[in-house]
Amino acid sequence: MLSITHYLVLSLALFTIGVIGVVTRRNVIIILMSIELILNAVNINLVAFSRLFGDAAGQAFAIFIITDAAAEAAVGLGIIISFFRNRETVLADEMDLLKW
Amino acid sequence: MLNSLYEFFKPHLLPLLFALVIVALLPLVAGYVVLLERKVMADMQARLGPMRVGPHGLLQPIADALKLLIKEDIIPENADKWIFWLAPLTSVAAAMLAMAAIPFGPFFQIADLNIGLLFILGIGSMGLFGIVLGGWASNSHYSLLGALRSAAQLVSYETAAGMAIVSGVLLGGTLSTRGLVEAQASGHVWFIFVAPVGFFIYLVASIAETNRAPFDLPEAESELVAGYMTEYSGFRWALYFLGEYANMIVVASIATTLFLGGWLRPFSSWHKADFLDYFPMLLMLLVAGYSLYRAPKQPVAVQKIFMVAVAGLCFLLAVVLGLPQFAPAGSAFVAMKPGVHGAFWFLLKVGVYLYLFLWLRFTFPRFRFDQLMKVGWHLLIPVSIVNVFGIGVALYLHRSPEQGGYGWGMISSVGVTTLFTLLIAAWLLKKHEQAPATPAAEKF
Amino acid sequence: MFDTIGFYFFAGLAVISAVLVVTRRNAVHSAIFLITALLATAGIFLQLHAEFLFIVQVILYVGGIMVLFVFVIMLVNLDVAIHQMQFNRMWLVALLLTIALGAQVYMVFHYAHAGMTEPLFHLQPARASDLEPNTELIGATLFSQYMLPFEIASILLLVAMIGAVVMAKRKV
Repeated sequence: MLSITHYLVLSLALFTIGVIGVVTRRNVIIILMSIELILNAVNINLVAFSRLFGDAAGQAFAIFIITDAAAEAAVGLGIIISFFRNRETVLADEMDLLKW
Repeated sequence: MLNSLYEFFKPHLLPLLFALVIVALLPLVAGYVVLLERKVMADMQARLGPMRVGPHGLLQPIADALKLLIKEDIIPENADKWIFWLAPLTSVAAAMLAMAAIPFGPFFQIADLNIGLLFILGIGSMGLFGIVLGGWASNSHYSLLGALRSAAQLVSYETAAGMAIVSGVLLGGTLSTRGLVEAQASGHVWFIFVAPVGFFIYLVASIAETNRAPFDLPEAESELVAGYMTEYSGFRWALYFLGEYANMIVVASIATTLFLGGWLRPFSSWHKADFLDYFPMLLMLLVAGYSLYRAPKQPVAVQKIFMVAVAGLCFLLAVVLGLPQFAPAGSAFVAMKPGVHGAFWFLLKVGVYLYLFLWLRFTFPRFRFDQLMKVGWHLLIPVSIVNVFGIGVALYLHRSPEQGGYGWGMISSVGVTTLFTLLIAAWLLKKHEQAPATPAAEKF
Repeated sequence: MFDTIGFYFFAGLAVISAVLVVTRRNAVHSAIFLITALLATAGIFLQLHAEFLFIVQVILYVGGIMVLFVFVIMLVNLDVAIHQMQFNRMWLVALLLTIALGAQVYMVFHYAHAGMTEPLFHLQPARASDLEPNTELIGATLFSQYMLPFEIASILLLVAMIGAVVMAKRKV
């Protein structure tokens, strides 16, 4: 009764909400959280197709994505902490040091 | 329609019953572990401990629970009400959920997952959020600092605990908790004898994981008041406490399943040692006899009756444990034996591990926070990684030449790699001692 | 039947939590809703019979990455942030992106016949037993076919660890 469509629509919904979060929010930490949502949507997609075709490679790739997300979150949050120590702000539109 | 519904739910009824039993009994058991701790603490400090409430203080946990329930529920002024409510819940829920995959006996498991051990580890690590959110929601600097310290400690020791578990899983060949105990049964050896360094690392890491002394800086009374639990009073504090002791039981269960043979009797496959099957019954009879002996010496009549009731309960348990030994072969009682005896041995081993916890609490002074982090990152994690490597090499050496190994015996392969791991640990310890004393850590 | 109930429950939880993540004013509330969204995703993995991925998601994502997020939110917590404007003025761009993404996925459904005898949504899923035993299969794939990406991922984690430690130190 459940077909691949269900999982693709769910994945699309999460992806879209993540994209809206990245584009619309000012707080950089929430932007990072929306990026995590996007990565999760991709993971759901991969695992759904892995189940469809009976291939374990999709799940292995999903593990790589989770690993990647961990590394990126660590480095991104490190950058945010460094920036916060200098500028006392976490809002994206106030981080405009390089603008002319 | 009702019949088809019943048929649909039937395979799930027994696990549901076990789940209900665990959820109902866990607060009681945790309360009695608190009483046990106080009695053991008193014993090690040459005094008696709680003696007033109930005979020998046996009703103390009930009195404590009643007191905590009727206390006023205070929420700090600017605290985030919703998160303040959620945090103790998360702590308790994580600990209780982790009980789902623990094999209390061959037939007493809620769910035999393929990934059982990893499940317990993962859900147990979610208890971290209860601590961090609790400290933050209290809207107090000291609570937040205590919570962040506690969380940093938990995260540091989780890696070491995970690596120690990996070394046990390598020996067992499966992540399923039932499969691990059966691997120890078929290998005729408990994994603690094959991976003693792994057991020791897991012991130390689990003490740090549950915030017990000597790693209890975040919640010691003389430091930061009570850390993340400062602003919690009454029932919410009881929930945190329950979560902590339930976590202790979960961690003890993991160690028992992985290293101490789970529900197996000592020498489970050596039939000459079958006399050990009488041990559970004899132990219960001993406890019943002692209760009966102490009953006339109680000061108050109610306590006398309670003592006799305790004796009766122990006698009943002795009968249940002894029946399979004396019943004629082939009857229903003998079929009960693996289940009932298995549960007894499992709980005994969990009790021994918890006694180790209590013993260490009242023997060693506390670690300072930077010393704690140093031990975690500089000593335990490298030794646990070397241990995993060592166990892998031991397995390779032990395998027969057809499977690509060298066919060494168990003792020589395990001995060589354990020696190697211990040498590395000794070298790390020496380096640790020679390092100049650092000033107290800046931020934490 | 459990399959369908499980899917709808976890899917609903995931979408509602995701909406709440991007709309909350308080960053800690957003983090908590992200935790529930990640747990719901883990539930979807479990429902797809991918049990190892379920537990990896719980341990790594919820027990690792979210703890990192919560730590950082508590360290950079500003009281003034509650009263600042939370959303910038790019809502039109977001709407356009949503429409573009939706149209793309619809195209995938409508035109995805290439090489297959049936349209995408008529494909029957493979037997669940193809992916059992899950952990062993993933382990075998990771260590035989995808060994190089595995090693690269471990080096990536090492680099990220060193980088994060260096960046978060007060004095380099």
